Amino acid sequence: MKYQTQRVALAYFAVALALFAIQVTAGLLAGWIYVVPDTLSVLLPFNIVRMLHTNALIVWLLLGFFGAAYYLIPEESETEIYSTRLAYLQLVILVVGTLGAVVGYLFRIHEGREFLEQPLWVKLGIVVAALIFLFNVTVTVLKGRKTAITNVLLLGLWGIAVFFLFALYNPDNLGVDKLYWWYVVHIWVEGVWELVMAAILAFLMLKMTGVDREVIEKWLYAIVALSLFTGLLGTGHHYYWIGAPGYWQWVGSIFSSLEILPFFAMVLFTFAMVWKRRREHPNNAALLWSLGCAVLAFFGGGIWGFMHTLHGVNYYTHGTQVTAAHGHLAFFGAYVCLNLAIITYAMPHLLGRAPYNQVLNMISFWIMAGAMSFMTFTLTFAGVVQVHLQRVLGQGFMEVQDQLALFYQMRFGSGVAVVIGAILFLYSVLVPRRAEVIGRGPEAPAASPAE
Amino acid sequence: MFDAFTKSAARNIFYGGSLVFLVIFGGLTAHSHYYMVTKSTASAPLTEAVARGKRVWERNACIDCHTILGEGAYFAPELGNVFIRYGGDKDPAGARETIKSWMQAQPTGVPGRRQMPQFNLTDRELDDLAAFLEWTAKIDTQGWPPNVSG
Repeated sequence: MKYQTQRVALAYFAVALALFAIQVTAGLLAGWIYVVPDTLSVLLPFNIVRMLHTNALIVWLLLGFFGAAYYLIPEESETEIYSTRLAYLQLVILVVGTLGAVVGYLFRIHEGREFLEQPLWVKLGIVVAALIFLFNVTVTVLKGRKTAITNVLLLGLWGIAVFFLFALYNPDNLGVDKLYWWYVVHIWVEGVWELVMAAILAFLMLKMTGVDREVIEKWLYAIVALSLFTGLLGTGHHYYWIGAPGYWQWVGSIFSSLEILPFFAMVLFTFAMVWKRRREHPNNAALLWSLGCAVLAFFGGGIWGFMHTLHGVNYYTHGTQVTAAHGHLAFFGAYVCLNLAIITYAMPHLLGRAPYNQVLNMISFWIMAGAMSFMTFTLTFAGVVQVHLQRVLGQGFMEVQDQLALFYQMRFGSGVAVVIGAILFLYSVLVPRRAEVIGRGPEAPAASPAE
Repeated sequence: MFDAFTKSAARNIFYGGSLVFLVIFGGLTAHSHYYMVTKSTASAPLTEAVARGKRVWERNACIDCHTILGEGAYFAPELGNVFIRYGGDKDPAGARETIKSWMQAQPTGVPGRRQMPQFNLTDRELDDLAAFLEWTAKIDTQGWPPNVSG
């Protein structure tokens, strides 16, 4: 840790990881309800469990982004964070809002648009926290060195805040409601979040491979250009069946098919940088998560997204388990792996020690990556069967669901494995130990010292 | 790597191109908004009851089990066309009554089945919800879903 104020990130990462634990726990329960459907049906119905699962995910990912920003901006800007007091105040607002929302959900206090179920006071709290954050980091960047990484990161973070404002607009017309609801949901995850993702990956590559900044930043701009060129009009793939004009079927199909390009570019980028690396960085676990992030985002977001994005296909698959399959691997690959990568990279620096527990950490990567892939396969199979029975043959929804039981049982099994992987990960970053489970071989000579 | 393509060229393409696509996207959304209000959702009037019904829908987080126009959770049936599935195109009053009595009959309590909670809605809330689902079923959705099963 070169700058004292980077320490703020530690608190953000800790809260993010706590919510990660809540997210996977709620996910496991939801998966169990699919297997034994009347579980807790009065005390904690499925809609509440799902709300906890999705909302905890979104908030912990955002907290991870904030933590990552507080960690990397001082190093990039070569200056301390403008105000740590504001940074902690922002965290307190977010924690109070999140706890308020979670406890409220248990007592059926919520709004009712998917992913935006937070009560109005929580939404306003998020806006205030975002304003504090943007002020704090923007002032920091302006007083220090400007780099492409901070430029893109800030643009992404500003975009997150600006597009969140559409969450406050809820018209009576369901079609119009959906039109702008996607301004938050799609433009976040397939637009501005990708800017944050590319910036953080670029920072990790810069630190861990030692390749020239000039090369890395050129890649960064090329990747984020692909993201927004495809992702903005790619929103059209959500406008096929909600009452929007028919031209979206062409606009959406063409541009959202191209959304695979930024993900493929991120795979090329991370692997090319590692190939051309000029140093051997000691934190192999962070490198594994970074490469895994690019690869799994490419499969989950890119391939699984493309699979059902053409309007002729989407006509049959829209709103089935195929969507759920894509959603799970895309979020895990792109954003969960990204956060776990930066956390794995930053924790040793924040704690002032050499990288630790790498073997356990890497095992947790393979368990989670394998289990999430398995979950995606089972949901994809469930979705294909569902599409055929329900959308082609016209059988009733519940009649079809009964025939998917085997897939849901397998999905629950993979959910158990994900939770085991998550526990191993939490242990490996939160409980530093002196020695690795397996000793390392002799160090390869490094071209230049690692940082 | 392709040296003529410099970092500042990449940056300028990124900022310029993104702005262009953002403007195009904004323009198309504005047109879509107009199209929705005047055409695709205009066949049935958006009454006070429909608006209140949408709030009932939201207050009870229906979307975290069901889908509506294909969006939501995938735990319970699609409701964008439930009004048609209940025969509302031929007998609207009958379909509204079926929706109401379905809501009142929950949960079924059948062991091992997915259970819909009892939301204890008032008669007026049930009427509003039925009005909302009736209005939604009349949106021109480009022919989706493929069949009445949703």
